[in-house]
Amino acid sequence: MDAQTIIAKRISRELRDGMLVNLGVGIPTLVANYVPEGIHVFFQSENGLIGTGPVPEQGMGLAMLTDAGGRPVTALPGASSFDSAMSFALIRGGHLDLTVLGGLQVDQSGRLANWVIPDKMVPGMGGAMDLVSGAKRVIVAMQHRAKGSSKMVKKCSLPVTSTRAIDLLVTEMAVIAFPKGKATLLERGPGVSVAQIVDASDAHLDTSGQVSEMQL
Amino acid sequence: MKARSLSQVVEMVPDGSSLMIGGFMGVGSPETIVDELVRQRKKDLTVIANDTARPGIAIGKLISANAVRKAVVSHIGLNPETQKQMLLGKIIVELVPQGTLIECIRAGGCGLGGVLTRTGIGTIVENDARKVEIDGVEFLLNKPLRADFALVHAFLADYLGNLSYALTARNFNPVIAMAAETVIVDADHIVPVGVIGPDHVVTPAPLVDYLVTH
Repeated sequence: MDAQTIIAKRISRELRDGMLVNLGVGIPTLVANYVPEGIHVFFQSENGLIGTGPVPEQGMGLAMLTDAGGRPVTALPGASSFDSAMSFALIRGGHLDLTVLGGLQVDQSGRLANWVIPDKMVPGMGGAMDLVSGAKRVIVAMQHRAKGSSKMVKKCSLPVTSTRAIDLLVTEMAVIAFPKGKATLLERGPGVSVAQIVDASDAHLDTSGQVSEMQL
Repeated sequence: MKARSLSQVVEMVPDGSSLMIGGFMGVGSPETIVDELVRQRKKDLTVIANDTARPGIAIGKLISANAVRKAVVSHIGLNPETQKQMLLGKIIVELVPQGTLIECIRAGGCGLGGVLTRTGIGTIVENDARKVEIDGVEFLLNKPLRADFALVHAFLADYLGNLSYALTARNFNPVIAMAAETVIVDADHIVPVGVIGPDHVVTPAPLVDYLVTH
Protein backbone atom coordinates (compact mmCIF):
# COMPACT_ATOMS: atom_id res chain seq x y z
CA MET A 1 0.00 0.00 0.00
CA ASP A 2 1.46 3.39 -0.92
CA ALA A 3 1.89 6.22 1.59
CA GLN A 4 -1.09 8.23 0.39
CA THR A 5 -3.44 5.26 0.62
CA ILE A 6 -2.27 4.42 4.14
CA ILE A 7 -2.88 8.01 5.24
CA ALA A 8 -6.30 8.30 3.58
CA LYS A 9 -7.50 4.93 4.89
CA ARG A 10 -6.40 5.68 8.43
CA ILE A 11 -8.11 9.09 8.43
CA SER A 12 -11.32 7.57 7.06
CA ARG A 13 -11.60 5.72 10.38
CA GLU A 14 -12.08 9.08 12.10
CA LEU A 15 -15.35 9.67 10.21
CA ARG A 16 -18.58 9.35 12.17
CA ASP A 17 -22.15 9.09 10.97
CA GLY A 18 -23.77 12.45 10.21
CA MET A 19 -20.55 14.49 10.27
CA LEU A 20 -20.10 17.62 8.15
CA VAL A 21 -16.60 17.29 6.71
CA ASN A 22 -14.40 19.51 4.53
CA LEU A 23 -11.53 17.85 2.65
CA GLY A 24 -8.62 19.90 1.34
CA VAL A 25 -6.89 19.24 -1.96
CA GLY A 26 -4.30 16.46 -2.40
CA ILE A 27 -4.20 13.48 -0.04
CA PRO A 28 -7.27 14.69 1.94
CA THR A 29 -9.47 14.29 -1.15
CA LEU A 30 -8.65 10.56 -1.18
CA VAL A 31 -10.34 10.13 2.21
CA ALA A 32 -13.71 10.28 0.43
CA ASN A 33 -12.84 6.98 -1.30
CA TYR A 34 -12.71 5.08 2.01
CA VAL A 35 -15.83 6.12 3.93
CA PRO A 36 -16.61 3.11 6.16
CA GLU A 37 -19.70 1.14 5.22
CA GLY A 38 -22.90 2.11 7.02
CA ILE A 39 -21.67 5.64 7.68
CA HIS A 40 -23.08 8.69 5.93
CA VAL A 41 -21.06 11.87 6.03
CA PHE A 42 -21.79 15.21 4.37
CA PHE A 43 -18.83 16.56 2.42
CA GLN A 44 -18.64 20.34 2.10
CA SER A 45 -16.85 22.16 -0.71
CA GLU A 46 -16.12 25.68 0.46
CA ASN A 47 -17.13 27.12 -2.90
CA GLY A 48 -20.69 26.49 -1.76
CA LEU A 49 -21.85 22.89 -1.64
CA ILE A 50 -22.81 20.29 0.96
CA GLY A 51 -23.27 16.81 -0.43
CA THR A 52 -20.33 16.87 -2.81
CA GLY A 53 -20.18 13.60 -4.73
CA PRO A 54 -17.53 11.88 -6.83
CA VAL A 55 -16.22 13.03 -10.19
CA PRO A 56 -18.97 12.69 -12.84
CA GLU A 57 -18.84 10.05 -15.53
CA GLN A 58 -17.29 11.05 -18.83
CA GLY A 59 -19.50 13.59 -20.57
CA MET A 60 -21.77 14.16 -17.55
CA GLY A 61 -19.94 17.13 -16.00
CA LEU A 62 -21.67 20.45 -15.41
CA ALA A 63 -19.73 23.74 -15.61
CA MET A 64 -21.59 25.16 -12.62
CA LEU A 65 -20.94 22.20 -10.33
CA THR A 66 -17.34 22.03 -9.20
CA ASP A 67 -15.24 21.50 -6.09
CA ALA A 68 -13.04 24.11 -4.44
CA GLY A 69 -10.28 23.33 -6.93
CA GLY A 70 -12.61 24.08 -9.85
CA ARG A 71 -12.85 20.42 -10.88
CA PRO A 72 -16.20 18.95 -11.93
CA VAL A 73 -18.00 16.99 -9.21
CA THR A 74 -21.47 15.57 -8.69
CA ALA A 75 -24.04 16.43 -6.03
CA LEU A 76 -25.47 13.55 -3.99
CA PRO A 77 -29.17 13.27 -3.12
CA GLY A 78 -29.85 15.70 -0.29
CA ALA A 79 -27.15 18.14 -1.42
CA SER A 80 -27.51 21.88 -0.84
CA SER A 81 -25.81 24.89 -2.40
CA PHE A 82 -25.20 28.32 -0.90
CA ASP A 83 -23.07 31.42 -1.24
CA SER A 84 -19.53 31.91 0.08
CA ALA A 85 -20.64 33.93 3.14
CA MET A 86 -22.81 31.00 4.25
CA SER A 87 -20.05 28.55 3.40
CA PHE A 88 -17.57 30.29 5.70
CA ALA A 89 -20.19 30.90 8.36
CA LEU A 90 -20.46 27.11 8.47
CA ILE A 91 -16.69 26.83 8.80
CA ARG A 92 -16.09 29.59 11.34
CA GLY A 93 -19.34 29.22 13.22
CA GLY A 94 -18.63 25.82 14.72
CA HIS A 95 -20.86 23.87 12.31
CA LEU A 96 -18.08 21.98 10.57
CA ASP A 97 -17.27 18.80 12.49
CA LEU A 98 -14.01 17.99 10.77
CA THR A 99 -11.55 19.32 8.25
CA VAL A 100 -8.74 17.29 6.72
CA LEU A 101 -5.95 19.36 5.24
CA GLY A 102 -2.58 18.83 3.64
CA GLY A 103 0.54 20.17 5.32
CA LEU A 104 4.00 21.52 4.52
CA GLN A 105 5.11 21.39 8.15
CA VAL A 106 3.60 20.48 11.51
CA ASP A 107 5.53 21.39 14.61
CA GLN A 108 5.71 19.63 17.96
CA SER A 109 3.18 21.97 19.53
CA GLY A 110 0.69 21.09 16.77
CA ARG A 111 0.95 24.23 14.69
CA LEU A 112 0.45 23.82 10.96
CA ALA A 113 2.12 25.60 8.04
CA ASN A 114 0.45 24.81 4.73
CA TRP A 115 -0.13 27.89 2.64
CA VAL A 116 3.03 29.66 1.57
CA ILE A 117 6.74 29.21 0.94
CA PRO A 118 7.94 32.82 0.95
CA ASP A 119 9.59 33.92 -2.34
CA LYS A 120 8.99 30.47 -3.86
CA MET A 121 5.34 29.53 -3.79
CA VAL A 122 2.76 32.17 -2.94
CA PRO A 123 -0.58 30.63 -3.86
CA GLY A 124 -2.57 32.39 -1.14
CA MET A 125 -4.30 30.86 1.82
CA GLY A 126 -7.70 30.42 0.20
CA GLY A 127 -9.89 28.92 2.89
CA ALA A 128 -7.13 27.20 4.87
CA MET A 129 -6.83 29.79 7.66
CA ASP A 130 -10.57 29.80 8.28
CA LEU A 131 -10.71 26.00 8.23
CA VAL A 132 -7.93 25.57 10.79
CA SER A 133 -9.23 28.37 12.99
CA GLY A 134 -12.88 27.39 12.78
CA ALA A 135 -13.44 23.65 12.35
CA LYS A 136 -14.32 21.65 15.44
CA ARG A 137 -11.61 19.13 14.64
CA VAL A 138 -8.55 19.52 12.41
CA ILE A 139 -6.66 16.55 10.99
CA VAL A 140 -3.56 16.99 8.85
CA ALA A 141 -2.74 14.43 6.19
CA MET A 142 0.83 14.56 4.97
CA GLN A 143 3.80 12.38 4.18
CA HIS A 144 6.22 12.20 7.06
CA ARG A 145 9.21 13.37 5.06
CA ALA A 146 9.84 15.22 1.81
CA LYS A 147 13.07 15.83 -0.11
CA GLY A 148 15.13 14.11 2.57
CA SER A 149 13.86 16.09 5.52
CA SER A 150 11.16 15.71 8.12
CA LYS A 151 7.93 17.65 7.76
CA MET A 152 7.38 17.09 11.47
CA VAL A 153 9.54 19.81 13.02
CA LYS A 154 10.37 21.45 16.36
CA LYS A 155 9.03 24.81 15.25
CA CYS A 156 7.54 25.73 11.89
CA SER A 157 10.07 27.66 9.80
CA LEU A 158 7.32 28.48 7.29
CA PRO A 159 4.56 30.97 8.13
CA VAL A 160 1.86 29.20 10.15
CA THR A 161 -1.73 28.90 9.00
CA SER A 162 -3.19 29.43 12.46
CA THR A 163 -2.00 29.53 16.04
CA ARG A 164 -4.64 26.93 16.89
CA ALA A 165 -3.05 23.51 17.37
CA ILE A 166 -4.29 20.76 15.09
CA ASP A 167 -5.95 17.75 16.70
CA LEU A 168 -4.35 14.90 14.81
CA LEU A 169 -1.51 14.37 12.37
CA VAL A 170 -1.64 11.27 10.20
CA THR A 171 1.38 10.30 8.12
CA GLU A 172 2.25 6.96 6.51
CA MET A 173 4.50 6.34 9.52
CA ALA A 174 2.56 7.64 12.49
CA VAL A 175 -0.57 8.97 14.11
CA ILE A 176 0.28 11.87 16.40
CA ALA A 177 -1.99 13.88 18.71
CA PHE A 178 -1.19 17.13 20.55
CA PRO A 179 -2.71 17.04 24.03
CA LYS A 180 -1.68 20.18 25.96
CA GLY A 181 0.45 21.24 23.01
CA LYS A 182 2.76 18.21 23.21
CA ALA A 183 3.30 15.90 20.23
CA THR A 184 2.29 12.45 21.42
CA LEU A 185 2.73 9.31 19.36
CA LEU A 186 -0.48 7.24 19.32
CA GLU A 187 0.03 4.75 16.52
CA ARG A 188 2.74 3.54 14.19
CA GLY A 189 2.39 2.81 10.48
CA PRO A 190 2.30 -0.75 9.08
CA GLY A 191 5.64 -2.41 9.81
CA VAL A 192 7.16 0.78 11.25
CA SER A 193 8.87 0.83 14.66
CA VAL A 194 8.73 3.61 17.23
CA ALA A 195 12.50 4.08 16.84
CA GLN A 196 12.09 4.58 13.08
CA ILE A 197 9.43 7.24 13.66
CA VAL A 198 11.60 9.08 16.17
CA ASP A 199 14.49 8.86 13.71
CA ALA A 200 12.40 10.22 10.84
CA SER A 201 11.10 13.17 12.87
CA ASP A 202 12.91 16.42 13.53
CA ALA A 203 10.85 17.04 16.65
CA HIS A 204 10.37 15.87 20.19
CA LEU A 205 7.77 13.10 20.33
CA ASP A 206 6.27 11.76 23.52
CA THR A 207 6.44 7.99 23.01
CA SER A 208 5.77 7.00 26.60
CA GLY A 209 2.21 5.82 26.03
CA GLN A 210 1.03 2.62 24.40
CA VAL A 211 1.75 2.77 20.68
CA SER A 212 -0.25 0.30 18.62
CA GLU A 213 -0.02 -0.38 14.90
CA MET A 214 -2.47 1.50 12.66
CA GLN A 215 -5.64 -0.41 11.81
CA LEU A 216 -6.50 0.18 8.16
CA MET B 1 -33.19 47.88 -13.30
CA LYS B 2 -32.20 49.01 -16.78
CA ALA B 3 -31.44 46.63 -19.60
CA ARG B 4 -28.36 47.61 -21.60
CA SER B 5 -26.17 46.03 -24.26
CA LEU B 6 -22.86 44.51 -23.24
CA SER B 7 -20.80 47.30 -24.78
CA GLN B 8 -22.98 49.99 -23.18
CA VAL B 9 -22.62 48.63 -19.65
CA VAL B 10 -18.88 48.23 -19.98
CA GLU B 11 -18.54 51.77 -21.34
CA MET B 12 -19.87 52.94 -17.97
CA VAL B 13 -16.80 51.51 -16.21
CA PRO B 14 -14.01 54.12 -16.11
CA ASP B 15 -10.33 53.18 -15.99
CA GLY B 16 -9.17 52.98 -12.40
CA SER B 17 -12.49 51.63 -11.12
CA SER B 18 -12.77 49.13 -8.32
CA LEU B 19 -14.67 46.01 -9.37
CA MET B 20 -16.05 43.16 -7.35
CA ILE B 21 -16.31 40.17 -9.66
CA GLY B 22 -18.23 36.98 -8.89
CA GLY B 23 -16.77 33.54 -9.46
CA PHE B 24 -14.67 30.82 -7.93
CA MET B 25 -11.87 29.60 -10.18
CA GLY B 26 -13.89 31.08 -13.03
CA VAL B 27 -17.06 29.17 -12.14
CA GLY B 28 -19.85 31.73 -11.84
CA SER B 29 -17.86 34.63 -13.28
CA PRO B 30 -19.54 37.06 -15.71
CA GLU B 31 -17.34 35.89 -18.57
CA THR B 32 -18.93 38.08 -21.26
CA ILE B 33 -18.47 41.26 -19.19
CA VAL B 34 -14.85 40.34 -18.55
CA ASP B 35 -14.29 39.77 -22.28
CA GLU B 36 -15.76 43.18 -23.04
CA LEU B 37 -13.59 44.90 -20.39
CA VAL B 38 -10.58 43.41 -22.17
CA ARG B 39 -11.90 44.38 -25.61
CA GLN B 40 -12.42 47.98 -24.47
CA ARG B 41 -8.86 47.97 -23.06
CA LYS B 42 -9.78 49.03 -19.54
CA LYS B 43 -6.83 49.62 -17.26
CA ASP B 44 -5.71 50.36 -13.67
CA LEU B 45 -8.57 48.32 -12.28
CA THR B 46 -8.80 47.15 -8.71
CA VAL B 47 -10.34 43.69 -8.62
CA ILE B 48 -11.90 42.27 -5.47
CA ALA B 49 -12.74 38.61 -5.99
CA ASN B 50 -12.12 35.15 -4.63
CA ASP B 51 -9.19 34.40 -6.94
CA THR B 52 -7.66 35.27 -10.31
CA ALA B 53 -8.76 32.01 -11.97
CA ARG B 54 -6.41 30.63 -14.61
CA PRO B 55 -4.84 32.30 -17.65
CA GLY B 56 -7.48 32.51 -20.36
CA ILE B 57 -10.38 32.06 -17.95
CA ALA B 58 -12.56 34.83 -16.52
CA ILE B 59 -10.52 37.16 -14.26
CA GLY B 60 -7.39 35.48 -15.62
CA LYS B 61 -8.06 37.31 -18.90
CA LEU B 62 -8.00 40.70 -17.15
CA ILE B 63 -4.69 39.80 -15.53
CA SER B 64 -3.14 38.70 -18.84
CA ALA B 65 -4.41 41.92 -20.50
CA ASN B 66 -2.53 43.99 -17.88
CA ALA B 67 -5.84 45.59 -16.92
CA VAL B 68 -5.44 45.07 -13.18
CA ARG B 69 -3.41 47.31 -10.91
CA LYS B 70 -4.47 45.74 -7.65
CA ALA B 71 -6.09 42.43 -6.74
CA VAL B 72 -7.69 41.74 -3.38
CA VAL B 73 -8.15 37.96 -3.42
CA SER B 74 -7.71 34.82 -1.35
CA HIS B 75 -5.91 32.70 -3.91
CA ILE B 76 -3.66 33.15 -6.96
CA GLY B 77 -2.13 29.66 -6.95
CA LEU B 78 -3.62 28.52 -10.25
CA ASN B 79 -2.63 31.62 -12.18
CA PRO B 80 1.15 31.82 -12.75
CA GLU B 81 0.64 35.07 -14.68
CA THR B 82 -0.65 36.82 -11.53
CA GLN B 83 2.34 35.54 -9.58
CA LYS B 84 4.71 36.70 -12.32
CA GLN B 85 3.20 40.22 -12.45
CA MET B 86 3.25 40.37 -8.65
CA LEU B 87 6.97 39.54 -8.51
CA LEU B 88 7.63 42.15 -11.22
CA GLY B 89 5.75 44.75 -9.17
CA LYS B 90 3.20 45.30 -11.96
CA ILE B 91 0.30 44.27 -9.81
CA ILE B 92 -0.33 44.63 -6.11
CA VAL B 93 -1.80 41.47 -4.65
CA GLU B 94 -3.46 41.65 -1.28
CA LEU B 95 -4.10 38.12 0.00
CA VAL B 96 -7.01 37.82 2.40
CA PRO B 97 -8.33 34.60 3.99
CA GLN B 98 -11.38 33.58 1.99
CA GLY B 99 -13.83 33.65 4.88
CA THR B 100 -12.59 37.07 5.97
CA LEU B 101 -12.76 38.41 2.42
CA ILE B 102 -16.35 37.36 1.82
CA GLU B 103 -17.43 38.53 5.26
CA CYS B 104 -15.80 41.94 4.76
CA ILE B 105 -17.75 42.24 1.49
CA ARG B 106 -20.89 41.16 3.32
CA ALA B 107 -20.21 43.79 6.00
CA GLY B 108 -19.69 46.41 3.29
CA GLY B 109 -23.04 45.56 1.80
CA CYS B 110 -24.86 45.38 5.11
CA GLY B 111 -23.88 48.68 6.66
CA LEU B 112 -21.63 47.10 9.29
CA GLY B 113 -18.47 48.72 10.59
CA GLY B 114 -16.22 45.70 10.22
CA VAL B 115 -15.65 42.05 10.89
CA LEU B 116 -14.14 40.52 14.00
CA THR B 117 -12.64 37.10 13.35
CA ARG B 118 -10.20 34.71 14.95
CA THR B 119 -8.93 33.76 11.50
CA GLY B 120 -5.41 35.08 10.90
CA ILE B 121 -4.56 35.80 14.56
CA GLY B 122 -0.86 35.15 15.10
CA THR B 123 -0.12 34.73 11.38
CA ILE B 124 1.53 37.02 8.85
CA VAL B 125 -1.85 38.33 7.66
CA GLU B 126 -2.17 40.10 10.99
CA ASN B 127 0.05 42.88 9.66
CA ASP B 128 -0.87 46.01 11.52
CA ALA B 129 -4.56 45.12 11.80
CA ARG B 130 -6.16 46.20 15.03
CA LYS B 131 -6.94 43.52 17.58
CA VAL B 132 -10.05 43.71 19.68
CA GLU B 133 -10.65 41.73 22.84
CA ILE B 134 -14.21 40.58 23.43
CA ASP B 135 -14.94 38.75 26.69
CA GLY B 136 -11.32 37.70 26.99
CA VAL B 137 -10.99 36.43 23.41
CA GLU B 138 -8.81 38.26 20.91
CA PHE B 139 -10.16 39.00 17.43
CA LEU B 140 -8.73 40.67 14.34
CA LEU B 141 -10.66 43.69 13.16
CA ASN B 142 -11.11 43.71 9.39
CA LYS B 143 -12.68 46.69 7.68
CA PRO B 144 -15.70 46.39 5.40
CA LEU B 145 -15.12 46.27 1.65
CA ARG B 146 -17.10 48.07 -1.02
CA ALA B 147 -16.48 48.74 -4.72
CA ASP B 148 -17.58 51.03 -7.52
CA PHE B 149 -19.06 48.15 -9.50
CA ALA B 150 -20.20 44.61 -8.81
CA LEU B 151 -20.04 42.37 -11.87
CA VAL B 152 -22.46 39.57 -11.12
CA HIS B 153 -23.18 36.34 -12.93
CA ALA B 154 -26.61 34.80 -12.37
CA PHE B 155 -28.33 31.72 -13.78
CA LEU B 156 -31.74 33.37 -14.15
CA ALA B 157 -32.71 37.04 -14.23
CA ASP B 158 -36.32 38.05 -14.73
CA TYR B 159 -37.49 41.16 -16.59
CA LEU B 160 -37.43 43.13 -13.32
CA GLY B 161 -33.96 42.02 -12.30
CA ASN B 162 -34.74 39.35 -9.69
CA LEU B 163 -31.90 36.85 -9.71
CA SER B 164 -31.33 33.20 -8.94
CA TYR B 165 -28.12 31.24 -9.14
CA ALA B 166 -27.11 27.68 -9.98
CA LEU B 167 -25.18 25.30 -7.72
CA THR B 168 -21.56 26.32 -7.11
CA ALA B 169 -21.79 29.23 -9.57
CA ARG B 170 -23.46 31.21 -6.77
CA ASN B 171 -20.33 31.72 -4.58
CA PHE B 172 -19.50 35.46 -4.27
CA ASN B 173 -22.26 36.72 -6.59
CA PRO B 174 -25.19 37.47 -4.25
CA VAL B 175 -22.82 38.93 -1.66
CA ILE B 176 -21.09 41.38 -4.03
CA ALA B 177 -24.51 42.41 -5.38
CA MET B 178 -25.01 44.11 -2.00
CA ALA B 179 -21.65 45.88 -1.76
CA ALA B 180 -21.14 48.11 -4.83
CA GLU B 181 -22.41 51.49 -5.99
CA THR B 182 -23.46 50.02 -9.33
CA VAL B 183 -24.51 46.41 -9.86
CA ILE B 184 -24.23 44.95 -13.35
CA VAL B 185 -25.60 41.48 -14.04
CA ASP B 186 -24.97 38.99 -16.78
CA ALA B 187 -27.45 36.11 -16.62
CA ASP B 188 -27.47 32.83 -18.52
CA HIS B 189 -31.20 33.19 -19.10
CA ILE B 190 -33.52 36.19 -19.01
CA VAL B 191 -36.99 34.99 -18.10
CA PRO B 192 -40.49 36.41 -17.56
CA VAL B 193 -41.42 37.72 -14.13
CA GLY B 194 -42.82 34.87 -12.07
CA VAL B 195 -40.55 32.14 -13.43
CA ILE B 196 -38.39 32.68 -10.34
CA GLY B 197 -40.83 32.24 -7.48
CA PRO B 198 -40.63 34.64 -4.54
CA ASP B 199 -39.06 31.95 -2.33
CA HIS B 200 -36.39 31.30 -4.96
CA VAL B 201 -35.28 34.85 -5.60
CA VAL B 202 -31.81 35.14 -4.05
CA THR B 203 -31.00 38.71 -5.12
CA PRO B 204 -34.10 40.93 -5.12
CA ALA B 205 -34.61 43.17 -8.17
CA PRO B 206 -34.05 46.55 -6.46
CA LEU B 207 -30.40 45.63 -5.90
CA VAL B 208 -29.73 45.31 -9.63
CA ASP B 209 -28.87 48.43 -11.62
CA TYR B 210 -28.13 47.02 -15.08
CA LEU B 211 -28.86 43.75 -16.81
CA VAL B 212 -26.84 42.85 -19.89
CA THR B 213 -29.19 42.13 -22.78
CA HIS B 214 -28.67 39.08 -24.96
